[in-house]
Amino acid sequence: MSKLKSTLGIVAIAFITLTVMSCKDNSKEQNSTDGDHSEMNHDNSDGHHDGEKREMAMGGDSNTQAVLNDYFNLKNALVGDDNGKAKELGATLATSLGNFDASQYNDTQQSELKDIVEDAVEHAEHISESDIAHQREHFKVLSKDVIDMVAITGAEMKLYEQFCPMYDGGTAWLSTKEEVRNPYYGSQMLKCGKVQREIN
Amino acid sequence: MKIVKIITIVLLVAFVGIQFIPTTRNQSDTVPSTDFMLVNNVPETIQKKLQVSCYDCHSNNTQYPWYNKIQPVAWFLEDHIKEGKAELNFNEWDSLSSRRKASKLRSIIKQIENGEMPLDSYTLIHSEATFTEAEAEELINFITQLKDSL
Repeated sequence: MSKLKSTLGIVAIAFITLTVMSCKDNSKEQNSTDGDHSEMNHDNSDGHHDGEKREMAMGGDSNTQAVLNDYFNLKNALVGDDNGKAKELGATLATSLGNFDASQYNDTQQSELKDIVEDAVEHAEHISESDIAHQREHFKVLSKDVIDMVAITGAEMKLYEQFCPMYDGGTAWLSTKEEVRNPYYGSQMLKCGKVQREIN
Repeated sequence: MKIVKIITIVLLVAFVGIQFIPTTRNQSDTVPSTDFMLVNNVPETIQKKLQVSCYDCHSNNTQYPWYNKIQPVAWFLEDHIKEGKAELNFNEWDSLSSRRKASKLRSIIKQIENGEMPLDSYTLIHSEATFTEAEAEELINFITQLKDSL
């Protein structure tokens, strides 16, 4: 009888262990999504309160502006060879891309933008979890996405499309300043590249 | 001594217990018309290699190893397959836009070049999945061509 009792006890303990283990996993997941939420809020509060400019023909809306700001922060982190900061900013950019609202554009533009955003989010997410060499690989494609995005949405500020012929067979990126600071090489070749196009 | 015995029994019971937790199995009889092999003209050697090295985690149909139903292995596999398919599902290739395809192809090239894929945990058991240098080169050339033709 006591043997039966102890067996039962053991089964109960095992069961509890299992339950606790699976609960732990759940709470972990919840935590990480919570984290995302707070980041999202943080982004929104980052403030581009220029909603009234939305319909302006000159181009550029608050959505695009939020994405561009985060893109430039990320670019600067890569220029500064800062892997950790680029990880953080990659995640931030993924969030602002996720919040991008294309509803003011026509159907063709919307589907194009949706495609661009989907692709860009993936690259931004990868940047948030990679070493710096990988971050730069993803930043190349991300830059193309953002350039294509701006071609549709326009931008509020003056932008410089810059080009480095050495990185991966020639690679472009966007900057708010005319002088070249290369995000693909950082301090290794800070000034490699040229302005190939001015936007606005 | 008694405590060791109890711990052993608890672990044993836990091991048996977890066998009853169901997992989703990644198996399908049909190959959708969007499959990578169906929409692209893939040379036979590359088809074979992709099937052996990639499709277990990057398609809707996994050739499970014999021990696949034993926990916690099954969880481990389920997790990897889920993650792999989210990243790239060859079966749904043609549902991607050209932009997404280009991104994926670029990633495939980089991952093969850097030896990041197939995962070490996979080639440990599936030694046939490893890419020889020649195989890697052949695949990279093919994928590069495909990317440039997009």
